[in-house]
Amino acid sequence: MVLGMADKAGFAEQAMPYMGSLYSAALRMTRNPADAEALVQETYLKAYRAFDSFQEGTNLKSWLYKILTNTFINIYRSRRRRPVETELDEGEDLYLFRRLGGLEAAAMGRSAEDLVLDHFTEAEVKEAVESLPEAFRLAVVLADVEGFSYKEIAEILDVPIGTVMSRLHRGRRALQKALHNFAEERRLSVPADLAN
Amino acid sequence: MEDKPPLNRLPPTPSGTDHPVVEPCQEAIATLYTFLDGELTPVRRAQIQHHLDECAPCFQAFDFEVELKLLVARKCRDEVPEALRRRVAEALRAEDVPS
Repeated sequence: MVLGMADKAGFAEQAMPYMGSLYSAALRMTRNPADAEALVQETYLKAYRAFDSFQEGTNLKSWLYKILTNTFINIYRSRRRRPVETELDEGEDLYLFRRLGGLEAAAMGRSAEDLVLDHFTEAEVKEAVESLPEAFRLAVVLADVEGFSYKEIAEILDVPIGTVMSRLHRGRRALQKALHNFAEERRLSVPADLAN
Repeated sequence: MEDKPPLNRLPPTPSGTDHPVVEPCQEAIATLYTFLDGELTPVRRAQIQHHLDECAPCFQAFDFEVELKLLVARKCRDEVPEALRRRVAEALRAEDVPS
């Protein structure tokens, strides 16, 4: 029983620091704070119960995210009445750069991209990410927000690496289009065909 | 084939990327994300980096994509409600109670 007690203390100490990032990911997944909280709580419980199967020294963050993702898929996806996959609205490569890049550059004398990108609010970026269909949203969050490698994402999502790369590529293109819609609303962009 | 100035001497254009997209550029753009995600082999990475060192428009495009990726990471952060922390801690403690 002494060993068991040590494991439990070890779990809290090791796993609790990830709650911030797990909660953010849960919000992007569920798009709903109440569901995100429930998802995080369920994830920690499951992780705790399975902790003796976790190999010390391996990637705890990956392991927690796999539980988070599986729990989300099993519990929350099945609840929804809407179809799981919505159509992906993606632009071509360098979509946002072609429209925002170079804007004001000559006048400002410094990289315009920094200024323009800074204009996007937290709400807009989150909304743009959350507008992506789930499969693509998960890949983008895992790569861009959490910094997982392709291999780690493949393990977390239980898909081949090629699928990860495809979802990331297309997901990011769709994200750029979604962000551009916000920029358009605030007239930050120059239409590509008028730039010349 | 018409005469084109070397890519590194093209003036910047308002949109920034309307340079003639020739093969090295196409190749660089095709590997953009694998490059940014740090998933290229060292040799391949060096090849792309070499192109970026020589091609200002491609460099600008890559730089923009780096900034965009950082933006997403920066903006997709959320404050964990204290109530959630407490509830999770309590739920874990409840697991210890012998039944």
